[in-house]
Amino acid sequence: MTDKNKSALSSALNDGLNWVDARFPLTSNVKAHLTEYYAPKNFNFWYFFGSLALLVLVLQILTGIFLTMHYKPDADLAFGSVEYIMRDVPWGWLIRYMHSTGASMFFVVVYLHMFRGIIYGSYRTPRELIWLFGVAIFLVLMGEAFFGYLLPWGQMSYWGAQVIVNLFSAIPFIGPDVSEWLRGDYLVSDATLNRFFAFHVIALPFVLVGLVVAHLIALHEVGSNNPDGIEIKKLKDKKTGFPLDGIPFHPYYTVKDLVGVSVFLIVFSAIIFFAPEMGGYFLEANNFVPADPLKTPAHIAPVWYFTPYYSILRAVPPILNSQFPGVAAMGLSVVAFAFLPWLDKSPVKSIRYRGMLYKQWLVAFVISFLVLGYLGTVPSNIWGQFGAWMGGADRATVVARIFTVVYFLFFVLMPWYTKKDKTKPMPERVTG
Amino acid sequence: MKKLLLTLLLMPFLATPLVVSASESISLDKAPIDAADHESLQRGARTFVNYCLNCHSANYMRYNRLLEIGLTEKQIKDNLMLAGEKIGDTMKVAISKKDAAKWFGAAPPDLSVEVRARGADWVYTYMRGFYRDSSRATGWNNTVFDKVGMPHVLYELQGEQELNHETHTLKLVKPGKLSVEEYDVLVGDLTNFMAYMAEPAKHQRNQLGWFVLLFLGVLLVLTCKLKKAYWKEIH
Repeated sequence: MTDKNKSALSSALNDGLNWVDARFPLTSNVKAHLTEYYAPKNFNFWYFFGSLALLVLVLQILTGIFLTMHYKPDADLAFGSVEYIMRDVPWGWLIRYMHSTGASMFFVVVYLHMFRGIIYGSYRTPRELIWLFGVAIFLVLMGEAFFGYLLPWGQMSYWGAQVIVNLFSAIPFIGPDVSEWLRGDYLVSDATLNRFFAFHVIALPFVLVGLVVAHLIALHEVGSNNPDGIEIKKLKDKKTGFPLDGIPFHPYYTVKDLVGVSVFLIVFSAIIFFAPEMGGYFLEANNFVPADPLKTPAHIAPVWYFTPYYSILRAVPPILNSQFPGVAAMGLSVVAFAFLPWLDKSPVKSIRYRGMLYKQWLVAFVISFLVLGYLGTVPSNIWGQFGAWMGGADRATVVARIFTVVYFLFFVLMPWYTKKDKTKPMPERVTG
Repeated sequence: MKKLLLTLLLMPFLATPLVVSASESISLDKAPIDAADHESLQRGARTFVNYCLNCHSANYMRYNRLLEIGLTEKQIKDNLMLAGEKIGDTMKVAISKKDAAKWFGAAPPDLSVEVRARGADWVYTYMRGFYRDSSRATGWNNTVFDKVGMPHVLYELQGEQELNHETHTLKLVKPGKLSVEEYDVLVGDLTNFMAYMAEPAKHQRNQLGWFVLLFLGVLLVLTCKLKKAYWKEIH
C-alpha cells in the first residue's frame, strides 16, 4: 500500500467515525471505559477474577443458547433430551460440559472476586453501591444456578428443588402458600420444570446482565480500589489531570487480563476434557438417575457452591417445632455480605495495613466457610455421635454449629474489632 | 508428567471425592475399563444385547453408534439386532414398565447411563456378587444390592455362589459353563461396554483434551509475552 492510499483509507475511516460520533457517543465511551479509564497500576493476582466472571457470564449465555435449541422442558422428555445433547447433537457434549462446568467455575471465580473485595476493603466508601450491586449479582446468580439445576430432571435435580422450595413453607403463616405458588403444584412436577426453565433462560439472565452493567457503571464512576486501599484520584498529574498511580485500562489491563484468561481457560478445559463430573462435585452421580417422585434418595446434597449455607440451615435447631430459624439463618448468612460497608469501622481499607486482630477474624471466617462448605456435602452422621454427655448429638452437627456461630460473629463483631485493631499507617502512593 | 501436572492442578477438588453410593460400605472391585479396547467392547456389547437387553432398555443408545467400536453395519444387524429394528434406532425393550414392575417388584431401570449413576466398579462387583438365598422370591440375593429384585441372569455361565455370612465372602458351590477367570473377563467386558455406552464421547473427549491444552499452553506463552512487551514502560 502506498502512503497516498494509506492516508486516503485513514481519512475515510475518520470520516466514518465522525459520522457515528455525531449520532452515538462511541469515541467518548471507548475513552471513558477503556483507553482513558485509569486503573491503579498495582493490581495483583486477585484482580483477574472480575474480568473472568464477565468471561464466564458470556460463555454461559452462549452455551445456554445452544443448549436451549435441543433441550425439552417437559418432565417426560427433559432427561432424555440432555442425553440426546450428550450423544446425538454434534459437539453437544462439549457445549453441555462447558455449561455445567461453567456454572461451578462461575462460583469459583465469584467467590475469589468477593474475597478480593473483602481483603482490600473494596466495599468501603465510595464503593458501597458497587458492592451492593455485587451482592445482588451474587443472589441472582444463586437463583440462576438453582433454577438451572432442576432442568436435567435427574434425582438430585428433583429432590434438591423439592428441599429448597419446601424451605419457603417454613415461613410463618404465608409459607405453605408461597411454596405452592413457586412450584405451581403440590409437589415438584412438570409445571415446576416449565416455570424454572422460564426463569433460568430469560428472567434471571436479563436481571443478571442488567446488574452487571450497573456494577461496572458504578465502578467506572468512582474508579477501582487497589491492594493498598488508597485513592489514586487524590494525586493527579497537574498537566494531564490523570492519576499519577493510574494507567489506562486499555491496553495495559486488557493485555494483562488476556494472561488471566489463558490460565483460566487451561483450568476450565482440563476440567471439561478430563474430569467434567469433578468427582461428583460438579455433576452428581445420582443426577444420572431420572427424577422419581416416589423414591427419595438416601442423601440429598446441594451442589458444592451452596453447601456452606446448607450447613448453616442444618446446624440451627428447630425452635417450637418450626424450621424457620434455620431458614432465616441461612438467608441471613448470604445477605450478611451486604452490610459490610457499614460494619467495617477501620481507618484503613486494605489488609496490608490492618492489624493482627482483624486478620485473626478473617482467618476464622475463611475456615468456617470452608468447614461448613465441606460439611454441607456429607450426611450429618459422617463423624458418628458424641456420647451421652452431649445427648448423643452428631459430631458433625456440633462442629457445624460452632462454625456457624464463628461465621456470624465475623459480621456481628466487625464494628468492634475493626475499631480496636492496631492498624499501620497507609502510604501516600501505591506500593506495587 | 502430564498426568502429574493435571493431578496437581485438580488436587484441591479431588482431595475428598464424594462416595458414589452412600448407603453401602462394601468394598468394590476395580473394573477393567479400557475405552480403546474395541474387542472387549464388542464382546461386552454382545453380552449386553443377549442377556441384559431382554428386560433392561438402553433408550439413549443407538445401534449405529456401535460402528464406533469397530463393528460393521452388517455385523450389528446380523448379530445384535434381533427384533427388526432400524440401524438408527435406540436399544428399546418390548417389556412394559407395568408388567416388569409386577413381575420383579420394580421395573428394571434403563441402563444407558447406569455406569455414570453407580460407577463402573459397582456394576462389575454387582454382576459377580449374586448368591443363592432361599428367603428371596427369585432365589437370589446380591452382596452389593441387598434384596435385589433382579434374578441372576448369568447364572448358567457363572454357576451358583453361597455367602458365608460370618466372613462375608462368596464361595462357588456349583460351577457354571465358564471358569471363574472366564466369567470375570465376561463381566469385565460387559462393564467396559456399559461404561462406553454411558458416555460414548468420553474417549474422543480425553484425546481432544490434550490438543486443547497444548493450544492453550501456546496461547499462554504468547499472552505473557504480549503483556511483558506492553508493561515494559510501567514502573
